Amino acid sequence: MDLGLTPSEQKFRDELRTWLKANLPPKTSHSVKNAASAAAYHAYLKDWQRKLYDGGYAGINWPKEFGGRGATFIEQAIFQEELALADAPERMGTIGQGLVGPTIITVGTEEQKKRYLPGILSGDEVWCQGFSEPNAGSDLASLETKAVLEGDEFIVNGQKIWTSYAHIADLCMLVVRTDTSAAKHKGLTCLLVDMKTPGITVRPLKMMSGDAGFNEMFFSNVRVPASCVLGAVNEGWHVAITALSNERANLGTGLYVMFKRNLEAVLVQAREMKRHGKPAIEDPVLRQKLAQAHVDLEVFRLNTTRALSQLNKTGIPGPEGSIQKLYWSELNQRNAQIAMEVLGPYAQLTEFDSGRWIYNYLRCRGNTIEAGTSEVQRNIIAQRVLGLPRSY
Amino acid sequence: MEFDLSKPQKLLQKSARDVFARECPAKRVRELMATDTALDAKLWSTVADQGWLGIHLDESHGGLGLGTVDLAVVAEEMGRACFPGPFLGTVWAATLLSAAGGKSKFLEPLTTGAAKGAVALLEADGSWNPDHVQLKATAAGGGYKLTGRKAFVSDANVADTIVCVARGADGLVLLAVSAKDPGVKITPTSALDQTRKLADVTFEGVSVAADGVIATGEAARKALDHSLQVATLVTAADMLGGMQWILADSVEYAKTRQQFGKVIGSFQAVQHMCADMLLWTESSRSAIYYAAWALGAEPASAASAIANAKVYVSDASREVANRGVQVHGGIGFTWEHDLQLYYKRSKASEILFGDATYHREQVAALAFDA
Repeated sequence: MDLGLTPSEQKFRDELRTWLKANLPPKTSHSVKNAASAAAYHAYLKDWQRKLYDGGYAGINWPKEFGGRGATFIEQAIFQEELALADAPERMGTIGQGLVGPTIITVGTEEQKKRYLPGILSGDEVWCQGFSEPNAGSDLASLETKAVLEGDEFIVNGQKIWTSYAHIADLCMLVVRTDTSAAKHKGLTCLLVDMKTPGITVRPLKMMSGDAGFNEMFFSNVRVPASCVLGAVNEGWHVAITALSNERANLGTGLYVMFKRNLEAVLVQAREMKRHGKPAIEDPVLRQKLAQAHVDLEVFRLNTTRALSQLNKTGIPGPEGSIQKLYWSELNQRNAQIAMEVLGPYAQLTEFDSGRWIYNYLRCRGNTIEAGTSEVQRNIIAQRVLGLPRSY
Repeated sequence: MEFDLSKPQKLLQKSARDVFARECPAKRVRELMATDTALDAKLWSTVADQGWLGIHLDESHGGLGLGTVDLAVVAEEMGRACFPGPFLGTVWAATLLSAAGGKSKFLEPLTTGAAKGAVALLEADGSWNPDHVQLKATAAGGGYKLTGRKAFVSDANVADTIVCVARGADGLVLLAVSAKDPGVKITPTSALDQTRKLADVTFEGVSVAADGVIATGEAARKALDHSLQVATLVTAADMLGGMQWILADSVEYAKTRQQFGKVIGSFQAVQHMCADMLLWTESSRSAIYYAAWALGAEPASAASAIANAKVYVSDASREVANRGVQVHGGIGFTWEHDLQLYYKRSKASEILFGDATYHREQVAALAFDA
C-alpha cells in the first residue's frame, strides 16, 4: 500500500501542469458552448484536441508505436484529474480515444491501425459507436442490422439508435449481423464505416435535458469494403465487449472531478439557502445527506484509484468495470437529488445558476441507462465476476 | 502509486487466514461465545505469539513495528473468523498507552499478551464523543481518585488493565488501573454479539497512583483521538472480513440451492442482491485500506479517512448482512446457520465507535465547517 505518487508520476504531473498553464485556451468550454453556434463550439473543441496532440498529450496510455504516450493507467488518471482541475475544455472524440482506438489496437490489422489511429489522436476524425437498435438495447446481441457480403463489399441495411455524436461523426464503429443462422452472439461482425458513405441518414434525437447528443442512424444499402471488418467476421461480439470494457475502465477519474465540482457548488448553495431561518447546511437532515454525498464521492475516488492501480498490473480492463459504472451512475443521481433538495423552490427555475441544476438533475437520469443499464451491470457482476449462472 | 496490499501484507493475510481457519472454526466460536468470557487461553496465546497485539506499534513500545495497514489485515481476518475474545479492548488500550508516550508499565504486558486490556470511555449517555465524558477524577497526592460508572466497555470482563477516560480539573485524564484494584467493580452486560463481551465498570473511590496517570489535558485528548481512530479502523476491518464471509457464503449457497428446478443464483432478483453485496464489500475495502494507509502515512487526512470509512462501512455491512440472510431464505434466519454470528457481530460493530449517523456529523464538521 502506497498511495503517494512515485517520482516519475510526480514529474509527469508537474510537466503537465506547466504545459496546461501555457496552452489552455483563454475561453472555457462552458462559455463557448453557451455563446457560440454548435459549429463554432465543435471547432473550438477540435482546436483543443489538436493542441493536446501536438503537445504529446493525446492517447496518454496508448502505446508509443501508435502515437500514444505509453503512460501508465495511473498517469492517465492524473491526466484526467489535472485537466478537470484546470477547467480544461471538455474532450471531443472520447469515443475514438477511449473506446474505438484501444479496440483497434487490440484486434485491428496493421492497415487499420495506420489508417485510423492518427486521426483519432489528432481529433481530425470523430467517431461514433453504432451498437444499440430499437429492438436491441440491453440485449445487444439480438441486433438486426444486416450486412451481406457481395464480392469484396458488405451491403448494410438496418437502423441504429441512441448513437452519441453520430451527427458530427466522420466514422462509425458499427456492429452488424453477418450470419443469421448462427446463435445470436456468434453471427455478429464489427465494421469500421465512413459516415459519408451513400445510404446513411442521421436523425438527431433530443434528450429530456434538451441536449441533442444522440441520434438515430438509418442504413439503406450502404456499401462497406470487406477490408473494414474489425477483428474477424462473426467475431463482432467479442470486439464489442472489448470496446465496452474499455469504455467502463476509462471514465472514472474524469467523472470524479466533475462530480466533486458539483458537490462543491451544492455546498456553496447550502450555505446561501435558508431552512427555518438558518443556512441549509445547518439543517440536521440536509447536513446528514450532504455528508453522505461527500462520503459516497470519496469512496468513488478510492474505488477508481484502486481499479486503476489493478489495471496497471493486468493491463486489460475486465468485468469489474461494471462495479464502477454501477456505482457512479447511482451516486450521481443521488447527489443530483440532494442538490435539488438544498435548492428548494429555486431548483425548478431554468434561469437560476444558468440552469445547471435542472440540467444536472435531468441529464443524470440517463446515467443508469446509457453504457449499459444498472440491471445489465448487475447481471455482468453476478455472472462474470461472481460466477453465477446466466439468467438469459 | 500502489493501491493494494504489498507482498509481505498478502503473506500476513494468508497466514492469519490459515491460523484462524485452523484454530478458530465456527464450532469453536460457538463454544466460546456460550462462555462468560469468550476467551480461549490457547487461541489468545497464538495471537499474542504472532505479535498481532502490537503489530502496528513501535518496537520500542513492545510492538512489531509494522503499520496500521498490517493491523487492518489481521483485523479483517478476525472478522472473517468471528474471532472471539478481547482483541479489540487490548489493542485499543495498548494503542492508547503507546500514543501517550509508551512509558507506562501497563503497556508491554498488553502487547505480549500477558495482560488483557480495555478502555472505559462510554457512560450512561452512550456518547462516543470524548467531550461528553463526565466521570470525575479528583487529584489526590501524586495521582487521582476515581468515582463513577462507565458502560458498554468492550472486553472489560476479562481485562487485567483498564484505561479509564475521566474528567479532571484541566480537561481529560487517562488513568490506568488494575482490574483487581480496590473499588473497581466489573459487571458483565449481556449483549447482542456474544463473541465480544461488554461490561459495566464502576469506580468506587479508586485510588490511582502516579504511575497510573497516563496523560492529562491536551496530550490525553490527542492520544485518545488517535487511539479511537485505530480502534475504529480495527472495527471497520473486522466488518470487512465479515462482509467477505457473508458474500462468499451467500454466492456459494445461490450456486447450489435449487428452486423451480434451477439454482436460485440463476434468478436475476438473487443475482442483483449478490452484485450489490460485492459492490458494498469492495467499496468498503477501498475506504478501509485507504484509511489504514492514511493513519500511518498521511496523518493530516486520517480523521476524515476514518470517519468516511466508518460512515460507509456501517451502512454497507448492515446491508450485506441483510442481503445475505435474504439470499439464504429460512435457513439464514436460524440459530443453527453461522450467518447469525456475522449478522449480530456486524450490528454490534456498526454501533461500536459510532454509527453512520454519528460519523456523518464528523464528516460534515471536517469537510464543511473547516
